Amino acid sequence: MTTTYAVLSEGLEKHFGEVRALRGLDLAVPEGTVCGLLGPNGAGKTTAVRILTTLTAPTSGRALVAGHDVTRDPAAVRRAIGVTGQYASVDGDLTGRENLRLFARLAGLRGRAGRERADGLLDRFGLAEAADRVASTWSGGMRRRLDLAAGLITRPRVLFLDEPTTGLDPAAREHIWEAVRALADEGTTVLLTTQYLEEADRLADDILVVDRGRAVATGTPAALKARIGSYAEVTVARADALTAAAGVLDRLTGGRPALDEERLTVGATVLDPAVTLPRVIRALDGAGVPVTDASLRPPTLDEVFLRLTRVPAPAHAPTPTKENAA
Amino acid sequence: MTTLLSDGGAVLIRQLQKARHAPALLVLTQTMPLMMLLFFGYVFGSALAMPGAEYREFLVPGLLAATAANGLMTGMFTAAQDAHRGVMDRFRTLPMSRTAVPLGQTVADLLTTAVSLVPVMLVGLAMGWRTENGLPGALGAFGVLLLFRFATAWVGTYLGLLSRSEEAAGQLGSATFVLPMLSSAYLPTAGLTGWLRTVAEWNPISAVATAVRALCGNTGGEAAPGASWPAAHPVAGAVLWSLLLLALFVPLATRRFARGRD
Repeated sequence: MTTTYAVLSEGLEKHFGEVRALRGLDLAVPEGTVCGLLGPNGAGKTTAVRILTTLTAPTSGRALVAGHDVTRDPAAVRRAIGVTGQYASVDGDLTGRENLRLFARLAGLRGRAGRERADGLLDRFGLAEAADRVASTWSGGMRRRLDLAAGLITRPRVLFLDEPTTGLDPAAREHIWEAVRALADEGTTVLLTTQYLEEADRLADDILVVDRGRAVATGTPAALKARIGSYAEVTVARADALTAAAGVLDRLTGGRPALDEERLTVGATVLDPAVTLPRVIRALDGAGVPVTDASLRPPTLDEVFLRLTRVPAPAHAPTPTKENAA
Repeated sequence: MTTLLSDGGAVLIRQLQKARHAPALLVLTQTMPLMMLLFFGYVFGSALAMPGAEYREFLVPGLLAATAANGLMTGMFTAAQDAHRGVMDRFRTLPMSRTAVPLGQTVADLLTTAVSLVPVMLVGLAMGWRTENGLPGALGAFGVLLLFRFATAWVGTYLGLLSRSEEAAGQLGSATFVLPMLSSAYLPTAGLTGWLRTVAEWNPISAVATAVRALCGNTGGEAAPGASWPAAHPVAGAVLWSLLLLALFVPLATRRFARGRD
């Protein structure tokens, strides 16, 4: 069986003057799957989405979306895609219904077909009640759902979601995740960008970790998590117990524990899934280490980057795409 | 072509819906020319050598021309706001005509302007301004004003797309109020020193203001001795200026919208 790719890119480059936002990004998203582009601010995620959605031209390289070349046949690409993102937004000065009817009409659904499509989407996303209020008065979560609905007007084969839940509270985030999951189940190919490992983990079939304009790792969430592991952190009662605790963690994980004498903590990366929290605590207890707190948690994005790239995530890296786009 | 008209129509409806949801803004932009009309007509006008009644007859066409020139400000702000808030990008990802957005916006602006010129004219009539050449003259003047408005709205759209930020467009837009000052909109240009007079007379707003005066048979409609070409041929000047601006800025704005920014 041959795989058909909904999104395919080779050596995508995008330069903004001196800044190279994308440095040879290769993407291959099989039809009907969800691909997560995971990376910090300024990694080039948004630039990649802007190129794939025909909003900006690549400096070099090529990209096919739904089989159409984004630079040679942007009109065909636009007929196949839906975009919801930080920048492709809804009009806050119109009501929800007016927004969707406008986009329906612009997508070629005239008259009754457009009205029905708009009303159907309002119902589907639980927005029917607020539909006739001006969108700028809506909550952030509702606006994001309207944004998602607007991206679906065209019944896209490929849906692009640029940081769909950034800035949302947990309940609103859950709502969006459910909607995206449902779309994926219906067979829509989704390419989403995110800064949250949890989001990529929950939604994506495949994750591409992006850093400074290129992919640094790729794989299923399970495979990546196995590479990244989790992070064990133990708090001890007295400073003189730190070394003993570090010794125990070292034996268990082989992960060169990091000591924090001020907070009285020892932390280490855990790669072996057999190392569970009870096992860590039993081992510490057996060695007579006075433990006051212990946790085993998924790594933060920073720790992911540290493991995958061996360099700290660029917290203050230039963010050309954001600033240029703003 | 049908997509252009249909898409343009959708954008036009959107602009009118926006105006309906924010009527205060419309009222505010409407009050401005009326305030200036009264202010210039009765406060400044009383300090001029020209008799008050005559000055007010001169002033009304000038203010109509200045209102038409405001398309620059409105176009700039509308385009910058959409670009800044991401609505423009949404449009650009849709399978729609590339010209439809600026076209729909400028036509919507034309419609609201057509309506908003009426109160200025009514107050003008109450202040003693008359259209001496009957209906054809009045309609001609109205046409010249709307054509000029359409042209300046396209210039504004292009500048708004360039400026990217709402704030910058707002600042730049409000700075455009000086443009009618350097024209024959509020004062005759004959009294200005040589080069300044030439600049003011070549200002398209002068041509429009003078054209309206000529078409309505008002004071200031005839060229003063030594006037530049547009001042001597105001109607042709106003129409040519508008067509020139359209020929330049329709393609510029359309291309800018289609290519977007990086």
